[in-house]
Amino acid sequence: MPKLTVDGIEVEVPAGATVLQACEAAGKEIPRFCYHERLSIAGNCRMCLVEVKPGPPKPQASCALPAADNQEIRTDSEMVKKAREGVMEFLLINHPLDCPICDQGGECDLQDQSLAYGRGGSRYARENKRAVTEKYMGPLIKTVMTRCIHCTRCVRFSEEVAGVDEIGALYRGENMQITTYLERAAQHELSANVIDLCPVGALTSRPYAFEARPWELKKTLSIDVSDAVGSNIRVDSRGREVLRVLPRINDDVNEEWISDKTRYQIDGLTSRRLDQVWIRKRGKFQPASWDEAFKAIAKVKAGKKVAAVAGDMLDCETMFAAKALLGAMGSKLIESRQTGMDYDVSSLPAVNFNSTFAGIETADAVLIIGSHLRSEAPLVNVRLSKAVKRGAKIFVVGPEWETTYPATFLGSDVSVLANLPAEVEQAMSGAKRPAIILGGGGFAAGAHGASLALADKWNLVRDLEDGGTWNGYNALHFSAARMGALMLGFVQKGGIADLVKAKPALLFALGADEVDFTQFPDALKVYIGHHGDKGAHAADIILPAAAYTEKAGTYVNTEGRVQFADKAVFAPGDAREDWTILRALADALGVSVDFDNFAELQAAMVAAVPALGEEGLADYGADLPKGELKASGEISYPIKDFYLTNPIARASVTMQRCSAELLHGEDLAEAAE
Amino acid sequence: MAERHLEPDTPELRERWGNWSFNPAWKAKADEAISHYPAGRQKSAVMALLDYAQRQVGEETGTQGWLPIPVMEYVAGYLDMPIIRVVEVATFYTMYNLVPVGKFHVQVCGTTPCMLRGSDDILAACYKRGMRKGHTTEDGMWTLTEVECMGNCATAPMVQINDGNYEDLNTERLDAVLDALVAGETPKEGTQEPGRHTSEPSGGPTTLKEMVTENHDYRGEW
Repeated sequence: MPKLTVDGIEVEVPAGATVLQACEAAGKEIPRFCYHERLSIAGNCRMCLVEVKPGPPKPQASCALPAADNQEIRTDSEMVKKAREGVMEFLLINHPLDCPICDQGGECDLQDQSLAYGRGGSRYARENKRAVTEKYMGPLIKTVMTRCIHCTRCVRFSEEVAGVDEIGALYRGENMQITTYLERAAQHELSANVIDLCPVGALTSRPYAFEARPWELKKTLSIDVSDAVGSNIRVDSRGREVLRVLPRINDDVNEEWISDKTRYQIDGLTSRRLDQVWIRKRGKFQPASWDEAFKAIAKVKAGKKVAAVAGDMLDCETMFAAKALLGAMGSKLIESRQTGMDYDVSSLPAVNFNSTFAGIETADAVLIIGSHLRSEAPLVNVRLSKAVKRGAKIFVVGPEWETTYPATFLGSDVSVLANLPAEVEQAMSGAKRPAIILGGGGFAAGAHGASLALADKWNLVRDLEDGGTWNGYNALHFSAARMGALMLGFVQKGGIADLVKAKPALLFALGADEVDFTQFPDALKVYIGHHGDKGAHAADIILPAAAYTEKAGTYVNTEGRVQFADKAVFAPGDAREDWTILRALADALGVSVDFDNFAELQAAMVAAVPALGEEGLADYGADLPKGELKASGEISYPIKDFYLTNPIARASVTMQRCSAELLHGEDLAEAAE
Repeated sequence: MAERHLEPDTPELRERWGNWSFNPAWKAKADEAISHYPAGRQKSAVMALLDYAQRQVGEETGTQGWLPIPVMEYVAGYLDMPIIRVVEVATFYTMYNLVPVGKFHVQVCGTTPCMLRGSDDILAACYKRGMRKGHTTEDGMWTLTEVECMGNCATAPMVQINDGNYEDLNTERLDAVLDALVAGETPKEGTQEPGRHTSEPSGGPTTLKEMVTENHDYRGEW
């Protein structure tokens, strides 16, 4: 634990910390471009120069200098001031200073730092500036490479975090250029994070180009629903439109990254929207009023023969309100696993990601059963690649996919679980922190019991030598609503088949688009949702509801982490927040539910499931049920197209373009824009 | 330098070089280079392999050789490393030619010592023969590049033509060397000054004179 002084302030930092971190610990701001907490240290921008005693009589780059005992650091001396001014002057020699037409303007590190640390003029103003050609980096990243200051953050991100080496620095010295290989599109699920990392306007967002200035935007803290990771996001909106989504830092969940789908599906929020009530008459949808729709629903006189299916992007409040409504009508026919899965849900730890995302980084042997991590939860894949860097061994049961780390594929039939190769047995039983990740493909192939049996055999729930506890049993869902639904009991023992068997006369589809509605030929199908997608096509009555940016709500991610999201904008047209529709339906159907406003609804929900009232990891305990090791079935991954997994993404032009160009190799001419 | 660029990735280029691979002689050298590094660190041999690849391409084209994109991809595959990392290395070092070169690649040093000793005249003499910086003459004979210091400052000015250094040049001596090359002869490498062997002081030693013939102990004279 070195002790040193920064500008006369004594600080003690952990061994291995850098001088820059020591300065931050002392509350001193150190300007930097290339240094980033989550990337390796490059030390090439020279902006973080400080004066260090003892040491050579010249400023030193604090980001790459280890803090040592008895160092005296000065960040406020004349030498440091001149050094920063000099570096800034050099960086700006070739920078075009085109801030008025640059999308980074207003949130640009170079702008801010030249204001704070620059000298306000240049001795190189008459020099010609270097010109660099634009580089094509795909449909998401717009490049203006003359603005690049060669910090190499994007290069390090693609290598270290994304795990796909595709961005590099070609040529040398003044001619150095950042590019992808042969200017091919960046092809991984996290590619757009380089936009946030870029300290200047060299890499900016292509779909968001010239849309808004940062100071015009209202910033709302929210939770992502495009997968079950529950990434913490900030929704930037202007007026009634959501313009962009940025990650919020949460080390337990998404660190500092979000997937491209999280970031760019939002342009789907303005197209294919359901913004008025529709009733199907003689096979065609006709516009209608809320009253007409409610009357038509009441006319069915469903009584107890009513069912509800919840979609993948629902908040807990909506599901609770639906459950309350159906309960008041005397029905318990509720289900959230739209595609007909019927795995055992009696024990929550058996369907939860118990290791937590931060915890899985420390695992030393991981068996993945039926999960295409890169498309189901790209951010969990990042965690696993960190585990691999620490020496973890990864085994995968399922069809092969392109991992970003060394992994051994064991075959695509789950029967292999009963007969694992000796190498796997040895690694898993010898590991200190062994883990199993059971994905949607594994659930569908019936590997739930087998995975539990393996958890028991390898003793995945254990006390560690260092006194901590370890639970290595993980179920990885990819539906944002799944854990919330399981906590609320929004499930049937037999899955959706139980609903089919009950032959309901009235079926509420709450944003449910993946259901096979032909199973319910006799039911009046009411779709309550926000997009004209598969669910709406099959419905008889459409009630327009709010998307995730348009309502406040509680979400539970796949590790059982309860998180609250705020409302960013109002829903378009006649669309209403889901719970208000359900509340009005209660009146129309002549039953009573005990909430009249959102606060009462939340209170009732928390009273029913107290864990939903507390932000953070819900405690499910660690008692895993026993399972049967024998299983058989071919695994197939449920996500066929990463960019088009939900109705919002399917309506998004950006996501469609990504899907066409990146997954299906369609060559969309850049000139077509 | 600014002229350095990758040869465009065209179908013709793919057709010409797509099936390129090391011949047995260079493959043996490549494997030897890889064996210098610990197992799993085979990437460290990338610079040697790129050089070998360039030399084999040179043998096949009768020039100093260059690195077409499919050849770099072959090297990346050979070393099991991302192609972008190979391209980074190849574009960084001027030793690797990124575009086809002529039969003789004339690299004129233009750094300060050579410039003071007349590298401008050397360049002028090259221009006179139709060479242009960064270009190959139409007859495919010459490629001219201005490079930075090659470490022959004591015998400045110098040019490097393919693998040979020609030093102590002036316009006439350079012409003699180039004419000899055109005629298919092998001009003497190294200093072109008559009577000079290597980089010893021209006109005889000016210091440590007693050391010329035998070892001399200067210590008593300090």
